[in-house]
Amino acid sequence: MAILGTINPMLMAGIDFDSDTSWRLEGYLARGGYAVLKEILKSETGREKYISVIKRSGLRGRGGAGFPTGLKWGFMPAFRGGQKYIVCNSDEGEPGTFKDRDILRFNPHAVIEGMLIGGYLMGATRGYNYIHGEIYEIYKRFEEALGEARAAGLLGDNIAGSNFCMEIQAHHGFGAYVCGEETALIESIEGKAGRPRYKPPYTASNGLYGAPTNVNNTESYASIPFILKMGAEAYLDMGTVNNGGTKIFSVSGHVNRPGNYEVPLGTPFPKLLELAGGMRGGRQLKACIPGGVSCPVIPGARMMETTMDFDGISKAGSSFGSGAVIIMDETTCMVKALERIAYFFFEESCGQCTPCREGTHWMYQIIHRIEHGQGRMEDIEVLDSIASRISGNTICALGDAAAAPVESFIKQFRDEFVYHIEHKQCLVPLDVQRAGSGFFKATV
Amino acid sequence: MLELEIDGKKVQAPEGSMIIEAAALAGVHIPHFCYHKKLSLAANCRMCLVEVSKAKKAVPACATPILDGMKVFTHSETTLDAQKGVLEFLLINHPLDCPICDKGGECQLQDLAVGYGSSSSRFSEEKRVVFQKDVGPLISMQEMSRCIHCTRCIRFGEEIAGVMELGMANRNFHSEVQTFVGRSVDSELSGNMIDLCPVGALTSKPFRYTARNWELAQRKSVSPHDSLGSNLNVQVKSNRVMRVVPRENEAINECWISDRDRFSYEGLNSDERLQKPMVRVDGALREVEWNVALDYVAHGLKDIVKTHGAASVAALAAPNATLEELFLLQKLTRGIGSGNVDFRPRRRDFSADAQRAGIPWLGMKVAEIGALDTVLVVGSFLRKDHPLFAQRLRQLARRRGKVSLLSVTKDDPLLRLFAQVTVAPAQLAAALAGVVKAAAQIKAQPVPAGLESIEPDEAARKIAQSFVDGKKSAVFLGNVAEQVDNATQLQALAAELGRLTGARVGFIGEAANSVGGYVAQALPSGLNAYEMFAQPRRAYVLLGLEPELDCHHPAQAIAALKQADLVVMLTPFKHAAALDYADVLLPTAPFSETSGTFVSTEGRAQSFNGVCRPLGETRPGWKILRVLGNLLDLPGFDYESSEEVRDVVLPAGTNFVTGLDNALTGAPALAVDGRFEGLQRVAEVPIYFADSLVRRATALQKTHDAGLPAARMNGATAASLGLSAGASVRVKQGQGDAVLVLAVDETVPAGCVRVAAGHDTTAALGDMFGMINVERA
Repeated sequence: MAILGTINPMLMAGIDFDSDTSWRLEGYLARGGYAVLKEILKSETGREKYISVIKRSGLRGRGGAGFPTGLKWGFMPAFRGGQKYIVCNSDEGEPGTFKDRDILRFNPHAVIEGMLIGGYLMGATRGYNYIHGEIYEIYKRFEEALGEARAAGLLGDNIAGSNFCMEIQAHHGFGAYVCGEETALIESIEGKAGRPRYKPPYTASNGLYGAPTNVNNTESYASIPFILKMGAEAYLDMGTVNNGGTKIFSVSGHVNRPGNYEVPLGTPFPKLLELAGGMRGGRQLKACIPGGVSCPVIPGARMMETTMDFDGISKAGSSFGSGAVIIMDETTCMVKALERIAYFFFEESCGQCTPCREGTHWMYQIIHRIEHGQGRMEDIEVLDSIASRISGNTICALGDAAAAPVESFIKQFRDEFVYHIEHKQCLVPLDVQRAGSGFFKATV
Repeated sequence: MLELEIDGKKVQAPEGSMIIEAAALAGVHIPHFCYHKKLSLAANCRMCLVEVSKAKKAVPACATPILDGMKVFTHSETTLDAQKGVLEFLLINHPLDCPICDKGGECQLQDLAVGYGSSSSRFSEEKRVVFQKDVGPLISMQEMSRCIHCTRCIRFGEEIAGVMELGMANRNFHSEVQTFVGRSVDSELSGNMIDLCPVGALTSKPFRYTARNWELAQRKSVSPHDSLGSNLNVQVKSNRVMRVVPRENEAINECWISDRDRFSYEGLNSDERLQKPMVRVDGALREVEWNVALDYVAHGLKDIVKTHGAASVAALAAPNATLEELFLLQKLTRGIGSGNVDFRPRRRDFSADAQRAGIPWLGMKVAEIGALDTVLVVGSFLRKDHPLFAQRLRQLARRRGKVSLLSVTKDDPLLRLFAQVTVAPAQLAAALAGVVKAAAQIKAQPVPAGLESIEPDEAARKIAQSFVDGKKSAVFLGNVAEQVDNATQLQALAAELGRLTGARVGFIGEAANSVGGYVAQALPSGLNAYEMFAQPRRAYVLLGLEPELDCHHPAQAIAALKQADLVVMLTPFKHAAALDYADVLLPTAPFSETSGTFVSTEGRAQSFNGVCRPLGETRPGWKILRVLGNLLDLPGFDYESSEEVRDVVLPAGTNFVTGLDNALTGAPALAVDGRFEGLQRVAEVPIYFADSLVRRATALQKTHDAGLPAARMNGATAASLGLSAGASVRVKQGQGDAVLVLAVDETVPAGCVRVAAGHDTTAALGDMFGMINVERA
């Protein structure tokens, strides 16, 4: 799979996805790469200037929480001595999300440049890119890109002839979703089990090895050189008000061409759907999870009126998340879909804090029971209450992530759950489900 | 101080405190499981969630720092809903087996379930089952399904015991607390995990299923083992000690006790308890009435004094006898005209007695240890000799204090050491002299006389530098430093280091009454504890002692006892060896059955009452000695109570004894020569062989620490003897020998053989730190 389509791309501009040189240093340099870094390293003007550009660009974290990147960078005590760290979070483990993989595959040097700029502006001299375990070949490619940068004097001591020295290492995880949580990721780099830390203290004061640490998503770092090159205003102009720039959406599910698409923020959802080849078999859009399975589900009709940006999706009752758009057509059994999601969160809970450890498993047990025809009518209320008692009461956001789909599936598709309990089978007939899955020959 | 409002009440609390602490100040209890004041914050149980003004969601009170003007609502709807939710989550997979759970009745989860739980459950799925684990003889992990994953035990291991023996394996709902594969929990502080466990997941193996906690009477007592004087709550049912738990005292044991303090009570209920006086008649010990036995002793002593003179009588007490017993024993001995009395059977060098400015002690309060920045411990098996003292130093090291250890084996004290120097016992003084000389050189002071030939090595200079840099520093002399042949010299060198750098000097102290014995004047004006066996006497009175296990030179002690005409033993136990040499056995109450006083190493006098009635015809030691005094027609033996005896020794109301001083008035020669030829024995007293009570604690005797003694030496030493690991070897000292298995152990310094004392297999050997021969058996 590659990047299957773009509209006014930024990160993927000028890349030949089939070439073996385009991702390499020579390709990146040909596209004007590392120019911004060199300019910053030479520049006499203060580091504050560049951070303020990022602040004005309104870049919001691309990992899921959407925290303003410039603001986050401002939290780092840039002028305090001592070791500081830059950490890139490429541990995209959420079902439906696969954009960082393609960024690292097609434009790894943009990430490296972004991390180096971050290191320079925040006074860090060491960076780690935490890449999840399932994409080992990407990890190796990133290592290769680091090697190229090192050989070209763009990484290591005296970068590009300046006094700035910084080393970056790739670190590959072993497939725990919770390690995408920044403090669990830090624990994992430290060699411990990936269990999130209680915050405060936040990573900007007490992160990796107890030192100030800035953690950003891969796409956020990759965007930095482009933003600094084009300026905050040009970047803002690419999207809509308050939602500047482009975003890579990972479109999956019942579409004809699932894959990654880079489009400007604010692109209407139907446009994105069209880019992805439209609904498979010409069927109807039943529901969409717009940001990865941790985000509330949106009914199809509502989704068709939504624009793909932070505000638009929020208005539709969900969240932007990491931009993983999961498309479900009318052959989908929503109970079965939720059962799969609930299983994921139960399995991936780190088991540290009570509501998540116990609650995610309980929810899965109940939904599993409903799906298998052993539900009781009171289960729906119990599910809702479990979700609300997990939500907001856990150490990290995994609890909220596990609760949101349960709450929203029940809210949006309650009739399917009721039908399931009353009739001990799916509202969507099994042969229809099979037809929609694409794995069975039967047709609707 | 910040001011906040908790449930409408204005509260002032220091900046940096957490909501739960501020609430405690205001007398508001916030329910919790994972929070513990002595452990790091985990915030994982979520039971303490409370609503706070200006926060969107409930926050954990244990991990949320207070802010000025903050409003906390501990009983609001949001708070209660969050807490009820958490409790429901905790209970769904918790087996509700309270009726057969040892924790039932003292369980935090049970208590909170009453407060916050509902009477029926919405959970109808299958519950989690967690497989049991075997982690050794002390802690039962039989019902791990009860675990609520608070991680207190894990954090205790890491932070307090210094070794992470338990950890959380797996993730999600399948998370479980377990040891490393196949390993047991061996920390000498492990029993505290049982107290910390808020549910019945970790329970006490010896106590398991023997009583319900509401049947137990809880009585205060003081530990009879190490010199710390840990405060205990002894729990008694039907006149039998069922369990021992810590009594919190921040100034002494904080909220911990060592496993030795906790599990030694099993010895109190041992089958070997002596229940009736025994006298040797026609070569065999026979049970007799008290009056017969006491008459026999009185007449025997009178006869021996008459025919051989008073100096032919000697009395020796164990250092964990009570202050009252020690006082009466020396009074009785002196009353019949003998000055041969002592309470330090494991000592070799008594030359300091003539030069002491006062009573040797810790040199400071125990609680002051935390404020030190530099410490040197000389000659100690620190972790095993003094588990909680080591724990205090561990906390000090965690706070970046510089703790160095100069000792005779390279045992891991499980604390972050600044420097560790390991030398043969004969070289201990030379190594300490190196530090003293280095300190003198750094301070540009004249080198103390006698140290001219000493060449400080790098480690010595490093330690000396830490003392020169330190603002509050101390040198602590451990058990080994008191037991070696040149103990006085070590004390003088430590004093010299103190003089040069301003460091305080202290003795950690061997046993519960190591200071108390001095206070009670149980000190020789004739022969000391070593001499009284080296120069055999006609009669011996032994108090609470098992000479073959408790003396510096057991072979010599046994030989002396065997040739004596009269050996009187005041002891709680009838042990096999005594049947050989004892003429009279008087059943004497252990600490749990008598009132008495222990004076801890910091000089703190702690009196306690008996927690249960004496077993059988056992009598308190002070009463036995008092009646003996009467029968011997000695004046001043009319005490009616142990308190009366104590008041003679200590002015009424004394909390801390006076006259404590570690200085030496004379000027002992500092000149040291660390050379030795042949092999030197290094004898530790293993933690669970240290006194007669703990030797009979069955569960403790099954631990790794109570394993059979081996002949331990490093590979080079073994190779020079042509021996290899696993070989059966005969170790010899003088006439005595023992057959042991050779273990290669790189923690033992070159030229040394580590052979434990305090154990039957090594009871025929000689001096603890004497020369020793090793040959193939």
